[in-house]
Amino acid sequence: MSENILEVNDLVKHYPVTQGVVFKKTVGQVKAVDGVSFGLRAGETLGVVGESGCGKSTLARVLMNLEKPTAGNVVYKGQDISKLSGGALRRLRRQIQLVMQDPYTSLNPRMTVGDLLGEPFEIHPEVAPKGSRRAKVRELLDLVGLNPEHINRYPHQFSGGQRQRIGIARALALRPEIIVCDEPVSALDVSIQAQVMNLLEQLQGEFGLSYVFIAHDLSVVRHLSDRVAVMYLGKIVEIGTEDEIYERPTHPYTQALLSAVPVPDPTQRNNKTIIRLTGDVPSPISPPSGCRFRTRCWKAQDVCAEQVPLLEIRRGSDHPSACHFAEKREIVASHEV
Amino acid sequence: MSDILVSEQSAPGPGGSGRPSGRLLEVDDLRVEFRTRDGVAKVINGVTYHVDAGETLAVLGESGSGKSVTAQTIMGILDTPPGFVTGGQVRFHGKDMLRMSDEERRRIRGEGIAMIFQDALSALNPVFTVGFQIAEQFRVRRGMGRAEAKKRAIDMLDQVKIPNAKGRFNNYPHQFSGGMRQRAMIAMSLALDPEVLIADEPTTALDVTVQAQIMDLLAELQRERQMGMILITHDLGVVADVADRIAVMYAGRIVEEADVYELYAKPAHPYTLGLIDSIPRLDEKGQQLRTIKGLPPNLMNIPPGCPFNPRCPMAQPVCREKVPPLLQVGPARASACHFAEELVNRV
Repeated sequence: MSENILEVNDLVKHYPVTQGVVFKKTVGQVKAVDGVSFGLRAGETLGVVGESGCGKSTLARVLMNLEKPTAGNVVYKGQDISKLSGGALRRLRRQIQLVMQDPYTSLNPRMTVGDLLGEPFEIHPEVAPKGSRRAKVRELLDLVGLNPEHINRYPHQFSGGQRQRIGIARALALRPEIIVCDEPVSALDVSIQAQVMNLLEQLQGEFGLSYVFIAHDLSVVRHLSDRVAVMYLGKIVEIGTEDEIYERPTHPYTQALLSAVPVPDPTQRNNKTIIRLTGDVPSPISPPSGCRFRTRCWKAQDVCAEQVPLLEIRRGSDHPSACHFAEKREIVASHEV
Repeated sequence: MSDILVSEQSAPGPGGSGRPSGRLLEVDDLRVEFRTRDGVAKVINGVTYHVDAGETLAVLGESGSGKSVTAQTIMGILDTPPGFVTGGQVRFHGKDMLRMSDEERRRIRGEGIAMIFQDALSALNPVFTVGFQIAEQFRVRRGMGRAEAKKRAIDMLDQVKIPNAKGRFNNYPHQFSGGMRQRAMIAMSLALDPEVLIADEPTTALDVTVQAQIMDLLAELQRERQMGMILITHDLGVVADVADRIAVMYAGRIVEEADVYELYAKPAHPYTLGLIDSIPRLDEKGQQLRTIKGLPPNLMNIPPGCPFNPRCPMAQPVCREKVPPLLQVGPARASACHFAEELVNRV
């Protein structure tokens, strides 16, 4: 296995909750990301799954250096990215790019596709000299399966799937090593979603990209990822290879999450084990003590309220799992296709 | 057979109170167009389906297929302009709702047919408490007093399993979580005990664990009340779990209708087949996903012949010339494809 090109060490991002208008005082912290560590290997896809509010999008923002971490760091090839500034930061930004969820709001409606895709070259002129930029943009359009003749069109003249292709082309423009994809296909229709997922895989093969693929759809994540991290309330509760997470999940939250995914096969209706979680995700302002999942967990004991379970390999788990009572349980009957 | 193709039944008499078929709700050859500045979009082009007491019909389709507009027309909440009904009927207990007076329709809404929406936050009024919005129905429609209406509303909140219903009565929608808002909206729509519930993407905005809770709740309430349910969705997974019958829509038409087991086992329309093939599955490690090439048609300019022909891997010259009618291809299924027989009979 090749070595990590991106390392996330004990990353914490808290947002202050304030009260008052003029004399604002901080009355609490939203603990959006609260101690997350993982490594991203060259050429792999790391899937990050979790429900809304688990901190996966905040994680994307910190990885992109759009937010400074409250504690911990993100290390790209030995450099702490939050300490960079000026030219060094600009050079770093070439290497890590972002594809956003909403293809309708992430493109400036007043710019043509040519301008949108040419803009990265304005900021990083060393990538493409001035004369060759139009040609580069055409090449990009062709690469993502759009007609290069459409270079003068505006975003509204494209469908949702085509706009997401433009977003991907823009992320590719500077030939980055890492692309952080934040829910890149969740706004798309089923038939279009498959096209975009195939495109992402094809580009990865072509350019040796590493993806951090953030999504809430567990089936999509399984399809694209080599390794998967499951997040709950700002923490990773389980991390492992795609097989380990989907075939041998050991954390109760992962098991519940997997069991709740509807399988498009009516004959499975009655032979599925469905773990029903009760209640809602607690507020990230005051997460439960000890294990954060214990308020909804059927295995919870006294120790779960007292001790925070560390993300580590345990007796009942061949991969890191943050549960005192980690135990293998088959949820999804997988088969190769 | 007429189980599945309502259009095969003889033309219904006006008013139709004495009709024997006893269908609860039927949509018959409905046509709707949107007249906009840029032109006329033919959004619904002859849709026919029905739902009976106690059964769940899933209407499956991608954005722009007309599945929500059909529901809006049934409820009488189609925005006119730009939307205009240009043909067809929507019959409730045999009576055409499109020709009723506003007063008659209002009586059906809520008591006969109710609807829940995808986005509960915008479906609930933000300046009234959740309890008030539910109790209001009992006061206006049932003539109850304040105290009794409140009691009934708390009872409804209890039925949709909102914890501490009494305490939650005076909460505003923004104080509820996403799943609870959806529950509150379900409570509101079921308050007057409707015979048909139309659920338009009820769980699309929710997380999977909450989605499972809400789908369970809907199934339970439906069983208790023997409601007919029309579930509008794009999610083939949800459909497989709850539907009895499925109608697949494309470009304002129903392209396939079948029993849920048959539809997944042997789709009789290339579009359905393409949809099923293009979803990644939790229990499969596939390589490349098979896709449906191209884009859905522009509704202002639907291609001649079969609307799916430009994207269809099986398309032949006849597909570009003749619109395939929705015809029976098995005991309880119909397909609008010239080559449906071949599709169903393939090994």
